Amino acid sequence: MSLLSVQELSVSILSDDGAARELVSKVSFDIEAGKTLGLVGESGCGKSLTAMSILDLLPKPQARRSHGKLIFNGETISTAAPSRLRQIRGKNIAVIFQDPMTALNPVQTVAQQIIEVLNIHFPKLSRRKHRERALELLHEVGIPAPEERLAVYPHQLSGGMRQRVMIAMALACEPDLLIADEPTTALDVTIQAQIVRLLKRLQEKNGMAMLFITHDLALVSQLSDHIAVMYAGKIAEYGPAKDVFSKPCHPYTQSLIAALPGINSPAKSPLLALEGQVPAIENMPPGCRFANRCRHVANICHTEIPQQDVNTNATMVACHRWKEIKQ
Amino acid sequence: MSESILEVQGLQLHFSQSKGIFTRQRAVVRAVDDVSFSLRSGETLGLVGESGCGKSSLGKALLNLHRPTAGKVIYQGQNIAGLSDRAMRDYRRSLQMIFQDPFESLNSRHTVSAILEEPLIIHRIGDAESRRRRVAELLDMVGLPSTASSKYPHEFSGGQRQRIGIARAIALKPQVLICDEAVSALDVSVQAQILNLLLDIQRELNLSMLFISHDLSVVRHMSDRIAVMYLGQIVEIGEAQAIYSHARHPYTQGLLAAIPKLGSAPEAVSLIGGDIPSPMAPPSGCRFHTRCAYAKDKCRVDAPTLNVDHDGHPAACHFWKELTVA
Repeated sequence: MSLLSVQELSVSILSDDGAARELVSKVSFDIEAGKTLGLVGESGCGKSLTAMSILDLLPKPQARRSHGKLIFNGETISTAAPSRLRQIRGKNIAVIFQDPMTALNPVQTVAQQIIEVLNIHFPKLSRRKHRERALELLHEVGIPAPEERLAVYPHQLSGGMRQRVMIAMALACEPDLLIADEPTTALDVTIQAQIVRLLKRLQEKNGMAMLFITHDLALVSQLSDHIAVMYAGKIAEYGPAKDVFSKPCHPYTQSLIAALPGINSPAKSPLLALEGQVPAIENMPPGCRFANRCRHVANICHTEIPQQDVNTNATMVACHRWKEIKQ
Repeated sequence: MSESILEVQGLQLHFSQSKGIFTRQRAVVRAVDDVSFSLRSGETLGLVGESGCGKSSLGKALLNLHRPTAGKVIYQGQNIAGLSDRAMRDYRRSLQMIFQDPFESLNSRHTVSAILEEPLIIHRIGDAESRRRRVAELLDMVGLPSTASSKYPHEFSGGQRQRIGIARAIALKPQVLICDEAVSALDVSVQAQILNLLLDIQRELNLSMLFISHDLSVVRHMSDRIAVMYLGQIVEIGEAQAIYSHARHPYTQGLLAAIPKLGSAPEAVSLIGGDIPSPMAPPSGCRFHTRCAYAKDKCRVDAPTLNVDHDGHPAACHFWKELTVA
């Protein structure tokens, strides 16, 4: 049984003219205990909205979950009461965000912020125990001189150190699932490598599952067991990480991989760019949402929404023509 | 070897900064510290490094947007520090810049035609009619429809806005283009479009380019030669091919190892630990010794120099010869 099962999740946004528009449309995936699902896609494809709707952290009232079911550890959390969700948040499912500077409270010390989490979920433990645990966490995430860092404010730390503090907060209650929303995008590659290694190590140690959201294909390919590729609010391709990258079936996944410089392309040669743009939300095409940019587009793509097809590697592909265009 | 169009000699750029609100003491940030290189005619020189290493400051110093503290920038044989205001205007005409953020670098209250026309007006080029023709020509070159000219920047996507930024930069037919993280804010699919456009334009106009980026795979794709910067200094410079296949400086090796590669497992050990030190108090000796896996006593005391040696691939490391053998 999977740890988290997301079934036909849709998120709608109320626009200025009063119309509800579906930014995330019938997204389904499963995360198994201890495994990592990588959710990749370009900006605006709905990957963060998908993640935030799991914990009901959508910006209300504009955005709301309009359809779908979420089952976490056998419990249907999509219909759970707010008080129950508050218990789950931080304790069973924790989140780390892209920008640790805006996600941390600038007027509280590192110690106060970590202890706040412990206070909410373990109110019976003594202050001293909380402090000891905070120290232990900072040590675990590899912050040098953790005793001194407890008393500092976020602005006194570097970007990489701030992200480590965020991770320490997220791990405070040893969650079953960690949602990491672009956790290394704001960091330099050397620091990114350190943080990725840290997350991997902690995952192995605590056996936690991860939903890793990023736009970086190479990064997600190194981290994930399964990958879901999102485009314009829908999942285009979803399957085991090694198959999705070595044998991509959806034309969008293929183009994304081809557009990356430097893998096999000789320097200064033209890249296989994906022409055009993502369609605007107010005029989503009636058929396949990728149709206007697809190299393999046919008549059917403009009129009918592609069904989710499953290939031999157990990869789900949402394309009318994937069998014909296989590489 | 083709001749150099831009020559940088011992360039230093120091900023003085208050140490705090309760003190009058000032600290000196050594953003660029003794940097020398040359940009050859028609080539692309890639400039890579982590955030805060001084790569953007260096780009701005070349345009005299920051006045260098010491050192020289020589353009076609002339030191730009001695230029009169008028000559400086001509110099800036031949050196243009493309910025990272296409949202902030375009005036949101101007139409696209006004944005593209402005440099032509400032440099008193042509009459209204010929400028209009030039705007249409520029839009065509960067792949935007002619209807774009009457629109405002907010009506465009990030990639299209970057196209406008490129059109503005080439409006004056420059010799040198400085691209400061020109594709960093863009998605992969759009990034490829813009990189292709830059390559086309470079070929068409025979431009020399300084391509500043933190993304090593993008830099590798675009550059003929690459300079690696660390804490205000160039630590290695050479042919792109040589840098990527035989990196000499441990910092370059670590940077390359840190890039995630599609479908391969992450590197088991990180070659570079810790954070980048503050440029206000750079470490003694070799500035990289605090993070270097191979640091020895000598590195803590003696600063290595970037000697231009016989093969044109110098590395500022005392021990690079031993490291490459090992």
